[in-house]
Amino acid sequence: MTLHTKKLKELKELISKNEINSTELTKHFLDRIEKYSDINAFNHIDQEQTLEQTKNFIKDKKLSGIPVAIKDLVLTKGMKTTACSKILENFIPPYNATAMTNIYNEGGINLGKTNMDEFAMGSSTEYSHFGKTKNPWDLERVPGGSSGGSAAAVAARVATVAIGSDTGGSIRQPASFCGVVGIKPTYGRISRYGVVAYASSLDQLGVFGSSVEDTAYFLEVLSGKDAKDSTSVNKEVPNFSEIIKQGDIKGLRVGVPKEYFIDGLDLEVKESVQNALKKLESLGAEIVEISLPHTEYALATYYIIAPAEASSNLSRYDGIKYGYRAKDTKNLEDLYSRSRSEAFGDEVKRRIIIGSFVLSSGYYDAYYIKAQKVRSLIAKDFTDAFKDKCDVIACPTSPTTAFKAGQKTNDPMTMYLNDVFTIPLNLAGLPGLSVPCGFDSKGLPIGIQILGNAWDEGTILKTAYQLEQSLNLDLTPNLIKG
Amino acid sequence: MEFETVIGLEVHVQLNTNTKIFSSSKTTFGSDPNKHIDPVTLGLPGALPVLNKEVINKAISLGLATNCKIKEHNFFARKHYFYPDLPKGYQISQFEDPICLAGNIDIELEDGTRKNIGITRIHMEEDAGKNIHDQRNNASLVDLNRAGVPLLEVVSEPDLRNTEEVTAYLKSIRRIVRFINVSDGNMDQGSLRCDANVSIRPVGQKEFGTRCEIKNLNSFKFIEKAIHYEVDRQKKIILAGGTITQETRLFNSETLTTHSMRGKEESADYRYFADPDLPPLHIDKEWVERMRKVLPPLPQDIENKLVADFKLSEYDAKVLTAEKDISDFFAETNSACKNPKAACNWITSELFGFLNKNAVSLEDSPIKPKELAELILLIDNDEISGKMAKKIFEQMLTTEKTPLEIKEEKGFKLIKDPAEINVFIDKVFEANTENVQKYLDGNENIFKFFVGQVLKETAGNAKPEIVNECILEKFKKLKKA
Repeated sequence: MTLHTKKLKELKELISKNEINSTELTKHFLDRIEKYSDINAFNHIDQEQTLEQTKNFIKDKKLSGIPVAIKDLVLTKGMKTTACSKILENFIPPYNATAMTNIYNEGGINLGKTNMDEFAMGSSTEYSHFGKTKNPWDLERVPGGSSGGSAAAVAARVATVAIGSDTGGSIRQPASFCGVVGIKPTYGRISRYGVVAYASSLDQLGVFGSSVEDTAYFLEVLSGKDAKDSTSVNKEVPNFSEIIKQGDIKGLRVGVPKEYFIDGLDLEVKESVQNALKKLESLGAEIVEISLPHTEYALATYYIIAPAEASSNLSRYDGIKYGYRAKDTKNLEDLYSRSRSEAFGDEVKRRIIIGSFVLSSGYYDAYYIKAQKVRSLIAKDFTDAFKDKCDVIACPTSPTTAFKAGQKTNDPMTMYLNDVFTIPLNLAGLPGLSVPCGFDSKGLPIGIQILGNAWDEGTILKTAYQLEQSLNLDLTPNLIKG
Repeated sequence: MEFETVIGLEVHVQLNTNTKIFSSSKTTFGSDPNKHIDPVTLGLPGALPVLNKEVINKAISLGLATNCKIKEHNFFARKHYFYPDLPKGYQISQFEDPICLAGNIDIELEDGTRKNIGITRIHMEEDAGKNIHDQRNNASLVDLNRAGVPLLEVVSEPDLRNTEEVTAYLKSIRRIVRFINVSDGNMDQGSLRCDANVSIRPVGQKEFGTRCEIKNLNSFKFIEKAIHYEVDRQKKIILAGGTITQETRLFNSETLTTHSMRGKEESADYRYFADPDLPPLHIDKEWVERMRKVLPPLPQDIENKLVADFKLSEYDAKVLTAEKDISDFFAETNSACKNPKAACNWITSELFGFLNKNAVSLEDSPIKPKELAELILLIDNDEISGKMAKKIFEQMLTTEKTPLEIKEEKGFKLIKDPAEINVFIDKVFEANTENVQKYLDGNENIFKFFVGQVLKETAGNAKPEIVNECILEKFKKLKKA
């Protein structure tokens, strides 16, 4: 049985009819992870614990008996959670993230922890303490990041769905690079409790699936207000996986921001996205050109706010209470300094230094406060657009398709530029997804981004579903064919 | 040159909420180390703070009690520094926008003069844990029980001029926080801690001198010593032609001196910014009004009421409102016996006499307000005499028995029947015929002598008023005869 190509609802059906049991299903995926271990999608697997869970899960729920992949920044009680940093190399959490609790409450199984850029800082999953993840479409290339492990796992069908996190595009960009669907919901939709923080005001969990339906279904499980996260919001969680199939998109106004079709946008990507827009038009949608005038400031704004919050959030990794501690230190100062120097990677250090600088007195107003003001202008761009111009916004997810490993690691700026189309959405706190819309001449997948108004995940998922059904692309990488 | 001392205080008030400011761990003092911890307290990855509403309520209460304006839009800020007792590497505090602003309180000095002291601000923050240095193992141990316990930092204007005012101000703050049930105010347990900003200036000069902040002041005695030392130090420098450098100084309770911790240039850059984990907090007018309605009476108001309504002396009123537990004890006793003067006298003389002598706290008093009120009612209802009451009181201190039980047991009974009393009067008159004659001859001053004698004969068991009446009656009869 080709269990790994089945949709979540199909797997649920198989299990509830006892045609397969959870242990068999989970073993199937564990075997596949082993088979495609070259991809290095997972940085931590604990077969024993995972299989133990398959014997004791809550029955007749949305995910009963189905294994799901977990980005390694979601705390899993009793199973290592490292954020792929040396500083948390051996950290075993004493509690579960709320997202994880939600999965368990719906009967889900923790398949294992997926690889990521250290502390979610990166766009290629090359900055992991546990080695880089490879793109299943071309092992020479990166899967994108920071949720590259999760995206690659779903692309290689070694997991049906996976949790990712998106602070500046960390779900949507790897989804685009790996030919899968990835959604970042509205800020506050999924609890951040128990999620290793990078930049608290931007971080949001989300999900990957090989289809819009699976993505929508898994999103339902994770969403909802959590009393333990003051920034989570009490909004009704719609049945996304039902909504997407209801009605059509006739008359839907799809805004296309002119600022997103700029120099540096790969021509093949541009063409593919434009074809997808034509497709949407043929499905009855109305394509309208819009303007998001402050887009050009988004990257600079992000690289002030995100590092500022990161420098603060990462202060807790000090070698005192848990995590890595340098040996033979002379005094407290030395212990702090050496533990952090020895255990944080370069990109993390770079952002801590930037963040500490922009928050320091004398520079705070010029950088941090200014960035906050620009942030509200960027958010207002979206509010204005959704007020009377359009219902959703469509644009490329990434300026390019997957690039080669090692190509950008020496130049942080070109790496940062890869997120230019995804970052504005995080600054605005709005929902967005990436859905495959074609391939470039090298056969690498291309994603189109569909962005929505706050709490309107239903509409963007429905738009993506219509496009997906209409394009009907073969999204199986050659590596796993046959 | 004559100098004037200028002092401003930063008082940290530890709140008596059940749970911590951002987590559900208990705030209990004196538990085994690291007993009251959780992911938030420990600063574990992924842990998020959730604000305890009780802290806001208490902050509003203290703000109202000190005549502050309550800010409508509030947010929390992160204050960054590395220290082992600070698990997150930052303290969640308020920086630019404290919840309470621009208040004031009255203090009263020993000579009875009053002075109004400005309160600049009150803000909410979390306490840090404690580092304990283990000499034997040359190791530092961290106890995080205190980490995350809510604090209010009360910052005064530089309105204080000497240590007497400082002490009066601190006592006043302590009395207020205790009366409005915001904190237990115990300095020895660290629930009231204080930093002092001290400067001096030549008398008559308007501008303030350069100030030094003195930290680690945790008893009234040390605060006084520290300020005296600091003022002397600054005087010496200025008289020698030097200038004061603005710095933070640490008080050493062994040497009773202060020493420099860090100067202005090296002052830590805390990199404050609004905590993104905590949404802005809006306190609307209704919330403030709700808190105003349930604000317990302030000690000064109770003190005034005791004088105006209960006709107690100012001295007694002060004694009865010096501490929350005394005030409560009095209020409870009085509400049961409706005799404020008697309640006051029994508490301040008999009960305090016993408690002081035996070093027992009022909380542990063997006599509770209800029982004391019962005793007072026995007197007021002519069941026993004052003398009997004292004997019963003494028994009450050592037994569990109620005043009534003791009275019955001892067979105490107030002699109120004139016929019974007249038997004693006759006896006294017979033994003092000369004095009886003197009275009949017009020496009315001698009347008290008879009362005393009769009471003595009854072993103090007769009701003096009735004894009085009976003797008068007797003389009337004798005069007629």
